[in-house]
Amino acid sequence: MKRTLSVLVENRPGVLTRVAGLFSRRGYNIDSLAVGRTENPSISRMTIVVDGDEQIIEQVCKQLNKLIDVIKLSDITDDPHVGRELMLIKVNADPAVRGEIMQIVDIFRARIVDIARNSLIIEATGDADKIDALENSLRPFGIREVVRTGKIAMLRGAKTKGMEASGDGTGD
Amino acid sequence: MGQETRVRTGARAVMEVLQAEEVELVFGYPGGAVLPLYHELARTSIRHILVRQEQNAVHAASGYARASGKTGVCFATSGPGATNLVTGIATAYMDSVPVVIFTGQVPTSQVGSDAFQETDITGITIPITKHNYLVKDGEELPRIVKEAFYIASTGRPGPVLVDLPKDVALALCQTPVPEKVELRGYKPTYQGHPGQLRALAKLLQEAERPVLFAGGGVVASGAEGYLRELAEKIQAPVATSLTGLGAFPEDNPLALGMVGLHGKPCANHAVMECDLLVGLGVRFDDRVTGAIEKFAPQAKIAHVDIDPAEIGKNVRVDLPLVGDISCVLKELLPLVEPATHPTWLERVKTLRNNYPLTYGRGGEVRPQWVIERLGEMTRGRAIITTDVGQHQMWAALFYGYTEPRTFISSCGLGTMGYGLPAAIGAALARPDRQVWVITGDGSFQMGMAELGTAVEQGLPLKILLFNNQSLAMVRQLQHFYYERQYTAVKFTGNPDFVRLAECYGATGLRITKQEEVVPVLARAMQNDGLTLIECLISEEEMVYPMVLNGAALNEMLLPE
Ligand SMILES: Cc1ncc(C[n+]2csc(CCOP(=O)(O)OP(=O)(O)O)c2C)c(N)n1
Repeated sequence: MKRTLSVLVENRPGVLTRVAGLFSRRGYNIDSLAVGRTENPSISRMTIVVDGDEQIIEQVCKQLNKLIDVIKLSDITDDPHVGRELMLIKVNADPAVRGEIMQIVDIFRARIVDIARNSLIIEATGDADKIDALENSLRPFGIREVVRTGKIAMLRGAKTKGMEASGDGTGD
Repeated sequence: MGQETRVRTGARAVMEVLQAEEVELVFGYPGGAVLPLYHELARTSIRHILVRQEQNAVHAASGYARASGKTGVCFATSGPGATNLVTGIATAYMDSVPVVIFTGQVPTSQVGSDAFQETDITGITIPITKHNYLVKDGEELPRIVKEAFYIASTGRPGPVLVDLPKDVALALCQTPVPEKVELRGYKPTYQGHPGQLRALAKLLQEAERPVLFAGGGVVASGAEGYLRELAEKIQAPVATSLTGLGAFPEDNPLALGMVGLHGKPCANHAVMECDLLVGLGVRFDDRVTGAIEKFAPQAKIAHVDIDPAEIGKNVRVDLPLVGDISCVLKELLPLVEPATHPTWLERVKTLRNNYPLTYGRGGEVRPQWVIERLGEMTRGRAIITTDVGQHQMWAALFYGYTEPRTFISSCGLGTMGYGLPAAIGAALARPDRQVWVITGDGSFQMGMAELGTAVEQGLPLKILLFNNQSLAMVRQLQHFYYERQYTAVKFTGNPDFVRLAECYGATGLRITKQEEVVPVLARAMQNDGLTLIECLISEEEMVYPMVLNGAALNEMLLPE
């Protein structure tokens, strides 16, 4: 079971180490982890996708909450949210197949951001399914390199998972 | 404190916080990088205890904290000083002991350059501290140090480390010490949830065979009075964990004693037969539960703990309750009606009679018997610190603790070398109490350099050293699990411990025969200086009861 956790943390050096270290130390699996600062420069948001059964996810959340630098944690998997990932993908692209690749790029509403003699770099954003589908469609041409950011997510509508939504870092 | 802004060095600002926190003494070991702190420490009335190895500074601070209920403090220098702390920090972390540790660090300009005596001590100690800091800006120092004390001592207590680069300690700092701590990511829950409290009261009322199970959390929150009131009000027997020894007086008729792989038979049986087990500030360690799938099979389990992450971590829990044990019990008491469980208590009595704590026959001097005598002669009121091994389990089983904070031992990490330095801390915290170290020849040799510290400080410690010339607890494991092939457990180069004590200017005594036990213990008790008693015992002694791997708690091996 994959869960998406949205975690507000103090924007301080070492916080990423604490979070990532907690996962490795306790044997939890991180699927992806994306981090960047929020509208408040003293706070960063981590979007963490973890895989595990209910018991593991519960422990992950409780252990994360114990970190002093974790301000608020929400499991947003079941809340309506927009989830996005950015991918850069470098594919083989002889002149003979370029047209075909461009068609695929169009269909996925991705963009070509670099052209070399025999290769292209394509930029795509979307949810994990779309990104996976694009990657699969390009595979026959020969993929040279893939870079993905991991998922970032935001709740739909006016709702936020910010500080004001009761910031008890250790409770419940 | 600190209303007007005063300019002083960072190191001076640290002292201001220490004084505001009413720190009376600091354990430590100096070195170049931490000298700014030492320089300022000398200008305060805070006492410094110079240990012989940094690990022991943390152990001593932890012994001090456990005996007094206050926060222990220690200093060490960068690099090797800091890495020497690691075992001590991990020991304090596992037993949730509040200590604040200051390490010196190379100047910020050199941090990250593999400079002389540089280690990334904050990186190293992330997994074994409750929180840690590398201070980069002197102006943040007053806040950080204040936070460190707050974090160490509140919620589930634990060690907090502050790594202080030399230039930051020397730089001028204008910021006053803040009045209050504001941490948006840290708000421990003390009060129990009212609905869950009512649910727990109901469970207690409905139970026919309840057992209360008290751990270190009861001691940490000073909840022993409430625990006793509750146990007596609803006539429920009380078992304890190793860290919980003393949380419930063992001379109380409701006391079951320690539960676990080397627990008392009666406690283990009671846990296996109860229909409600209420864990109070315990963490259901694997040394407590035995085979987890066979643990307390008939019981509903309620778990009260200040750390939500402990609840449901190891055992299934029917009723979770997050909160401080004192707060929770105080609120729970008026919600429960007095109750009696005559059949259950009768059953517990039968268990106690049918499975007494015995130790069979064996060598000339029986360590279990010696500890029983010590318990009688001190009326269970001395502070006992221990090392790790067979002697630790005998000290846990045979002494008879009647008060909290009188059993001080490395329970969670099982750190040999803990006993003597922890006793130094305890003796400084409680000069009114006799402090006894119960140790083995293996463990003692890991910390014996601290004899120097104890003598220097004039501490009248009593050390009861069981010499079996072996690492007998490991030998016991080899006996049961490795076909009695005893590898690497025998010492042939032990010193003469009596003369070793005398070398340090202490008194050395020896017990070789049963009839010497009481007179020698009595002599040690009358002696007002540091006294070491070497007690010669057989390496073939075993700790019983013993629950073998994979067995349930009530499937104990007992002496024949
Ligand atoms: C630092 C450390 N190293 C190794 C161990 C593993 N260990 C557990 S008990 C024990 C034997 C302890 O021997 P001793 O102190 O003589 O006590 P005894 O069992 O003989 O009473 C050992 C080596 C440990 N607990 N701590």
